[in-house]
Amino acid sequence: MHVIEANNLTKRFGNLVAVDQVSFSVEEGEIFGFLGPNGAGKTTTINMFTTILNPTEGSAKVGGFNVDKQDAKVREIVGLVPQDLTVDEDLTGMENMMLQAKLYHVPTKVAKERIRDVLNLVRLTDAANRRVETYSGGMRKLLELAEGLIHHPKVLFLDEPTLGLDVQTRVVIWEYIKKLRDEHRITMFLTTHYMEEADVLCDRIAIIDHGKIVALDTPQNLKDSLGGDIIELEFNRKMDDQTKTLSSLPQVKDVKKIGDMYRIKVPKGEKALPEIMENMLRMNLRIGRVSLVKPTLDQVYLEYTGRSLRETQSETGEIWRRMMTLRRMQG
Amino acid sequence: MIEETVALTKREVKKWMKNPFLLFMMLVQPVIWLGLFGKAMNLTGLISVPPDLLNQLPPQFQDQLPILLNRMISETFGGTTDYFTYMAAGMLSVIVLFTAMFTGMSVVWDRRFGFLNKLLVAPIPRGSIVLAKVTSSVIRGMFQVLLVFGIAFAFGLQVGNAFGILDFFGMLSALFLLSLGLSSMFLAITIRIKSHETVIAVANLLNLPLMFASNALFPIKQMPEWLQTIARVNPISYAADAVRTFILHSSAGFDAAKVAVDFQFLIGFALIFSLAGILIARTGLRKG
Repeated sequence: MHVIEANNLTKRFGNLVAVDQVSFSVEEGEIFGFLGPNGAGKTTTINMFTTILNPTEGSAKVGGFNVDKQDAKVREIVGLVPQDLTVDEDLTGMENMMLQAKLYHVPTKVAKERIRDVLNLVRLTDAANRRVETYSGGMRKLLELAEGLIHHPKVLFLDEPTLGLDVQTRVVIWEYIKKLRDEHRITMFLTTHYMEEADVLCDRIAIIDHGKIVALDTPQNLKDSLGGDIIELEFNRKMDDQTKTLSSLPQVKDVKKIGDMYRIKVPKGEKALPEIMENMLRMNLRIGRVSLVKPTLDQVYLEYTGRSLRETQSETGEIWRRMMTLRRMQG
Repeated sequence: MIEETVALTKREVKKWMKNPFLLFMMLVQPVIWLGLFGKAMNLTGLISVPPDLLNQLPPQFQDQLPILLNRMISETFGGTTDYFTYMAAGMLSVIVLFTAMFTGMSVVWDRRFGFLNKLLVAPIPRGSIVLAKVTSSVIRGMFQVLLVFGIAFAFGLQVGNAFGILDFFGMLSALFLLSLGLSSMFLAITIRIKSHETVIAVANLLNLPLMFASNALFPIKQMPEWLQTIARVNPISYAADAVRTFILHSSAGFDAAKVAVDFQFLIGFALIFSLAGILIARTGLRKG
């Protein structure tokens, strides 16, 4: 069953098309990632799925319920970990959790148990009775995560879950997200602009840019779609152009010469490299330097979204919120 | 609906209790007003007759004149010759106005920090979000009223000689109605506003005129015609008038008819503005 479904989902703000004819579906227990630059339409998509915004065109369904007409049902089964730190600074971690429990109609007795468990899981038990004001950015984010789980959602939406966090905290959150999926079969939809995050966490990734999905596949397939690995080699002395020789070897798909270096594109680098070396030796060509470059999601991302950093249009409010979020992250 | 409203109201109250500094700052302004403005103006001194002039008058007038003057002042100032008492009674309504305005600010904060979005994602009636804001604003307003009343009392507020517990609660209920109406009104105005600057501009635009175009600080009778017209539809005038009548309740008499008119107006204002305000604010939370 498709837990999350989008059909030609579109959102326009005046003339700006934030999300443009997006279609995809997510299976139960899957971690699905939206990868894209700032302003690509990631948050807008989440806002539609979590009933904050109505789609302009097309449809979005969560758990079979239409986000537009059956929004009350959608809210019951959905959890959201927003990009902004929305936990209340003036309250303690515990008070924040209790408020969240009340808003999701979790009976107090059950709530207390769940809060204990979930705080344990995110390692915030000791800080539970301190005001959130005193928390670090990572702790706040973890509390935010804990809040999103208090009502045992079927589907969890995570908007940039590790924005602005240090490496250690990031890894803790990643482990936690995987654990949730493995132990509770929670379906997750996350947005990120960190390639590594998408690569580590997601079963499938959609690359979104200018509101459109430009690529959608598993991280591995996306990387493979670049055409394979690259072998960079230099010979041990100056010699004539060997592009032709190299191109004629089996497995080689493409050769580019940059200065003295040859960039050779091959489907499977680990296998091709020894064969190329052997061939070179047989032809009495000595190699001075060689390296194998595996494709990363970075390259995929740049391939699909273009190379330059783009000026992204966004509301002043959004910029302000992002600034405040980052500032509190450092706090 | 009730459960969620209670939970959200608790949050607001907790937030506010944990910021004693903010509470203190909110009180500074009215207390300064009371101290500097209220105490600086001495009505009986303002129109006292110089002794040399007084001595020229026939003796029977010499005794009568101060009584006459005091009577005139008292008539104009709703039964007191002490401007501090007059103004303190009005200030209680102004406090309610200031606190209600704060409701609007807190909505913008919630929107900006994304807390509002979190509430919109939760399976709760939208009405409870609005209701909790109004309720907490009223609670807060009433709390401030009690504090300022205590401070004014310490500063020398002269209550009427028949002032009793009933008058006290009468005063509070008038202020409660004012608070309910004003809080809802500000919430309806600010619910769609996204920036603090706009809210502050709107609040300033409304606050000072609402405060001055009323009998909170000065008697309406002394105002030019056009200002009187505004003051007569200003709910603050009615609340201040009712509060004043209760505070000055003396054995000489109590103008029950006037208080009845005040309450009629206040109940109407509170009903219409809270219903309309809450409805408008609720649609203000609709999906974009």
